[in-house]
Amino acid sequence: MNVLAAFENGAVLLLLPPLLPGIIGKTKAVFGGRKGPPFLQSYHDILKLVGKGAVYSRTTTAMFRLGPVLSLAALMVAGALVPLAHDSPTSFPGDALLFAYLLGLARFATMAAALDAGSSFEGMGASREAAFSSLAEPALVLALAALFRATGGLSLNRMFGGAQWSVSGAGLVLIGGGLFLVLLSENSRIPFDDPATHLELTMIHEVMTLDHGGPDLAFILYGSSLKLLLWSSLLVRLLVPLPPGALGWAVWTGGVAALAAAVGVVESSMARLKMTRVPQVLVLAVCAAAFAVMLALK
Amino acid sequence: MSPTSRLRALRSPGAVELASIPIVPIDEFRASVLRAAKAGLRLCALFSRAAEGGTGLCAVLADDARGLLYVVFSEPAKTCRSLACELPSAHLFEREIAESSDVEVEGHPWLKPVRKGFPDSVAFFRESGAEIHEVAVGPIHAGIIEPGHFRFQCHGETVHHLEIQLGYQHRGVEALLAGGPDRRSAFIAESISGDTAIGHATAYCANLEALAGVRGGLRGEALRAAALELERLANHIGDLGALSNDVGFLPVAAYFGRLRGEFLNMLAALSGNRFGRGLVRPGGAAFDLTAGMAADFSKRLAQARTDLNAVSGLLFDSASVIGRFDETGAVSLTTARDLGLVGLAARASGLDLDVRRDHPHGLYRFRHIPAVKMESGDVYARAMLRHLESLRSLEFLEELVADLPRGAARGAYPAPRPGLLAVCLVEGWRGEICHVAETDGEGRFRGYRIVDPSFHNWAAVAMAMRGGEISDFPLCNKSFNLSYAGHDL
Repeated sequence: MNVLAAFENGAVLLLLPPLLPGIIGKTKAVFGGRKGPPFLQSYHDILKLVGKGAVYSRTTTAMFRLGPVLSLAALMVAGALVPLAHDSPTSFPGDALLFAYLLGLARFATMAAALDAGSSFEGMGASREAAFSSLAEPALVLALAALFRATGGLSLNRMFGGAQWSVSGAGLVLIGGGLFLVLLSENSRIPFDDPATHLELTMIHEVMTLDHGGPDLAFILYGSSLKLLLWSSLLVRLLVPLPPGALGWAVWTGGVAALAAAVGVVESSMARLKMTRVPQVLVLAVCAAAFAVMLALK
Repeated sequence: MSPTSRLRALRSPGAVELASIPIVPIDEFRASVLRAAKAGLRLCALFSRAAEGGTGLCAVLADDARGLLYVVFSEPAKTCRSLACELPSAHLFEREIAESSDVEVEGHPWLKPVRKGFPDSVAFFRESGAEIHEVAVGPIHAGIIEPGHFRFQCHGETVHHLEIQLGYQHRGVEALLAGGPDRRSAFIAESISGDTAIGHATAYCANLEALAGVRGGLRGEALRAAALELERLANHIGDLGALSNDVGFLPVAAYFGRLRGEFLNMLAALSGNRFGRGLVRPGGAAFDLTAGMAADFSKRLAQARTDLNAVSGLLFDSASVIGRFDETGAVSLTTARDLGLVGLAARASGLDLDVRRDHPHGLYRFRHIPAVKMESGDVYARAMLRHLESLRSLEFLEELVADLPRGAARGAYPAPRPGLLAVCLVEGWRGEICHVAETDGEGRFRGYRIVDPSFHNWAAVAMAMRGGEISDFPLCNKSFNLSYAGHDL
């Protein structure tokens, strides 16, 4: 049973993530009156990049090559902890904190590789990423605290074990709203970052990976879609009660796809924030999570 | 002594005999330019010209209130004292003089090359300090735009100084036109800045007609004005789309892009080219608008007006867009006046300048188009001004197309007369285009000088970034959308 579940989760984590950028792209294309790239475009991109060679600047060190690998490894381990439609088979009490730190490790690896490139653009990107994620992290930790208080569990399986709207509806709205903002910020989406822009001076996440190519870039693309899937899965499990069995997979998949479409709708209906305003919105997410903690403590 | 007493007055577009233009000693030249500037005249052009016995200078000043231009020559000189410290709008002209002629400019703060220097051979201003970092962008950019090098001195995200180095597009346009007019000249004029083909061709043709002593027929003038407004509409609306794109508001960007195509298509219907190349020719316009086409244009313009209002509503009613545009890249009225900004950038900062009203040429002498200005000088002002000017242009065009003057689209024009200096100002979509032509004893161009509005306005981009966020630079730059080719010539 456990082995089967592990295979099931592993296969989904390996195969599904690149679909999400496709859904977001299609949604944006519909709003823009375009056909847009096919749903499976990210798979093609990743496969193409894996087959390519990489070019490394002579000014970089091993850190530059280690960055994408370490980052992806950390995200994959984090993926093993996250419950999808069914509970994660490799769960233990306290894995929620490990999850947060694994995301931090992935980010650290990306930032260190960016700084290693020695370009002023990448340095700026790393500095922005560090500044904004330091505001996104408290929101996650506070949301985890509220969930711990509400569910009594210390593992992601228990904390995100099925929405109980009748018991703590207000808290769920606050946590859900806060985590959605964190999802947008962590996955460098509008209004925090613009993954579609070509203007390197305005980028946050994309600019850190400008010097990576070939398989390294494939790792980065796959890693970022995996990260989006993990966050989406947590949000879906937080907000939607999942039935057991195959129906659970159907509801979960629908939820994750709907969340990706929601990201596309947000991106199509508003402009990106001025960079000085980003912290203000992230503080909003922190406040929402803090209020959820208060509700849970009452 | 009146501030203009030693200057030769003329109206744009117009030609005066070279012999009637005062040639004054270089110190008096400087004094009279300063005196005129102090009296409120604007420096349109300042350049070196070959004179008997050496190289002298020529200044063109504009009295916008009275619709007059003033020209003055200096005697040949080896050196001249710089005007830049007292008249900042002269700073770039003087750098150009120092670079391209043998006149030495003394007392200029920094005679950095304008067009012929490249980053390898040119020093940059550098701020020092442990927390200062430098960011270099270009000349090769991530988007499909022209080449230019931007050097930022930053403290964290805050820009302390931006230095703009252009010159990568220098093609020697003025040298190519000298010796003309010949069969290439009109094509060269259209290529000065590809997005302003109509504007520059209009200025070139108006100069040729002034030199020949004729005026284009009214119908030809009307077709030129229609094309100039179509060019303005296509560019303004294209820029609104580009601004939406830069803030990540993609659906509206696509909508504006489609709308821009409407105006390019109308230009194509009129001239066979989406940018109106080949339309504006000496004597009038090379192609006419038939009654059937005019009726079709009327319909398309009315539809475009509805669409423009709808899509601009989407842009300007969106709080997130306004939050991004407001107070970004502001240029104060004082800065705008000091730097001698022209056109849209000047009007966004509250300078009330519009060549179509102040120095009307062609059809604008008879049909007026209201000038619009804003106060705040930020990205919002420049965006909103594009919308408002587009509406004015649409109204103007709808009236014009419904009631086109009769007559031939193109009249005869004789060869240019010898020994004249012709000056023409045209309000292109970016702003004031100034062309100055001088004919020799045989009626050929002895010199042809061009000032694109971008030449005046690039310094404003650098000023707009001072104290701003480096992440706002692309948006700020786009809100000016200046021409690299027009600056580099």
